[in-house]
Amino acid sequence: MLEQLSQLWRNKTAVAGLIIIVIFILVAIFAPYISPHDPIETALYDQLKPPVWYEGGTTKNLLGTDDLGRDILSRLIYGARISLLVSVISVSLAFFFGTLIGAISGYKKGWIDNIVMRIMDIILSFPYILLAIVIVAYLGPNLKNAMIAIGITYIPRFARIVRGSVLEECEKDYVTAARAIGANEFRIIFIAILPNCLGPLIVQTTLNFASAILDAAALSFLGLGAQPPTPEWGAMIAQSRSLILRASWVMTLPGLAILFAVLGFNLLGDGLRDALDPRMRD
Amino acid sequence: MLNHSKTLLRVENLVKYYPIRGGVFMKEVASVKAVDKVSLTIQQGETLGLVGESGCGKSTLGKTILRLEEPTSGKVFFQDQGIHDLEPEAMRLLRKKMQIIFQDPFSSLNPRKSISQIIGEPLLVHGMKSRSQRENSVAEILETVGLGREHMRRYPHQFSGGQRQRIGIARAIALKPEFIVCDEAVSALDVSIQAQVINLLKDLQEQFNLTYLFISHDLPVVEYISDRVAVMYLGKIVEFAKSEELYKNPLHPYTNALLAASPIPDPNFQRKIQPLIGDVPSPINPPPGCRFHTRCPKRQDICSQEEPEFIEYDKGHFAACFFI
Repeated sequence: MLEQLSQLWRNKTAVAGLIIIVIFILVAIFAPYISPHDPIETALYDQLKPPVWYEGGTTKNLLGTDDLGRDILSRLIYGARISLLVSVISVSLAFFFGTLIGAISGYKKGWIDNIVMRIMDIILSFPYILLAIVIVAYLGPNLKNAMIAIGITYIPRFARIVRGSVLEECEKDYVTAARAIGANEFRIIFIAILPNCLGPLIVQTTLNFASAILDAAALSFLGLGAQPPTPEWGAMIAQSRSLILRASWVMTLPGLAILFAVLGFNLLGDGLRDALDPRMRD
Repeated sequence: MLNHSKTLLRVENLVKYYPIRGGVFMKEVASVKAVDKVSLTIQQGETLGLVGESGCGKSTLGKTILRLEEPTSGKVFFQDQGIHDLEPEAMRLLRKKMQIIFQDPFSSLNPRKSISQIIGEPLLVHGMKSRSQRENSVAEILETVGLGREHMRRYPHQFSGGQRQRIGIARAIALKPEFIVCDEAVSALDVSIQAQVINLLKDLQEQFNLTYLFISHDLPVVEYISDRVAVMYLGKIVEFAKSEELYKNPLHPYTNALLAASPIPDPNFQRKIQPLIGDVPSPINPPPGCRFHTRCPKRQDICSQEEPEFIEYDKGHFAACFFI
């Protein structure tokens, strides 16, 4: 594990990704302390102020304001909180159920495996954003349901990866040894086998954080996720669509926030994949 | 060596076929006949050697005896108790008495577990909940196999092949079993380490009154450690005798060929018998009649038509061949 960490440290792009993520997380945690204004407080006399580097920009609203006079910087800072929350919860959901399903399926083999994996294939065969839309439409549009929808659509990705690793590990003698000493199936699957499947799982989790942020933004953009006035990045873009020609910063800045958060997780995920893959060594 | 009168384990007509499925509906199209009607008995305290070429079903037989593979048919009795119709919980408890040592010391130890966890796990799953008690037992077991307390916190990758095999042995003896299947237990080791591990196995046998099923393709090793030896070919036992008897006076042509093929450390030694030519036929479609007839130097017409019976030719010396 230490060796792999040092491997990761030598990968400059992964470190860059890690730095972005750390900043993202710190911003999300300390949002109330660092944001200059209340993110949902409107100021009728400060509508559509440009960012500080444009003509007419002031240091009062460093990144300008939107059409209701809300401070964009503050909204972006609080938006980090929401994006982090959405990605953590939806990915945890998918991780938990996906791992459970994949591990049992891979260990049991036979007809259980067949049925479960065909169900996973069916879920995968839908475009996942469409599936998420269907789920949200059924449950009702709000942030909580968007998280559930994203979580469900991600389950097959985890299930497949875990099943593959479990199938591979099952061929090894230590699994037979665990059966020979009389360990029960729960112990064999979750205590003996699963820790050995962590490598691909960590990579998958990191990469899925990125897509969860993106998908949450997409759902909110479509009006199926966070509802106004919640400062969610995707919702911010949606609300400022009509302003793109008059005040492009209102739409561009949340777009950049999404870009950097997704980029950070993707860079780290790729770096982790390289670090954990023994074939990539030296 | 020891009192050989009591039967510890009895195998009756054990069969293990692996289905090969194909087609849209995954119907069984053929089967690999890994173990085909094997019967044998193992006496308390003895070492029974099981030899044969790669792929002849030795390991499958060992694992099916321990019910690590469910047999297709046939019975195994451990201390007169049929093990293949035991309830899961009863089977779990019985596992205390029968253990296995694996060939590959690299895949047989969980790389994420420390040595103390690996050896302590059998104790834990059989009810030794107290951590300190477990650690003490683990330290004691480690000393028994020639390792020390200082190794407890380490992980498998920090050990050499021979040490790992000792850890595998420690795990197997942790529950004080009566019967251990040594599945090619020394085949993956250097010759010098092999000797150490074999002697360790012998010492443990005396100390704990163990019974071994010693599976190997290495004839000299089997001769050294075994009291009796069974020779297996394509899922069947073709010869069975006391160790000295089998090596001095092999009856079956296959045993002859195996002994001829094993290297002898004497450059001037002339081989009397031609080693076997060709490969083992596929266990999916074993030859009819005597399974060995495709490679047998004594082959006659009858060999491909009828299957020879397993007959006692000398006291305790069985073989299956028409021309002995």
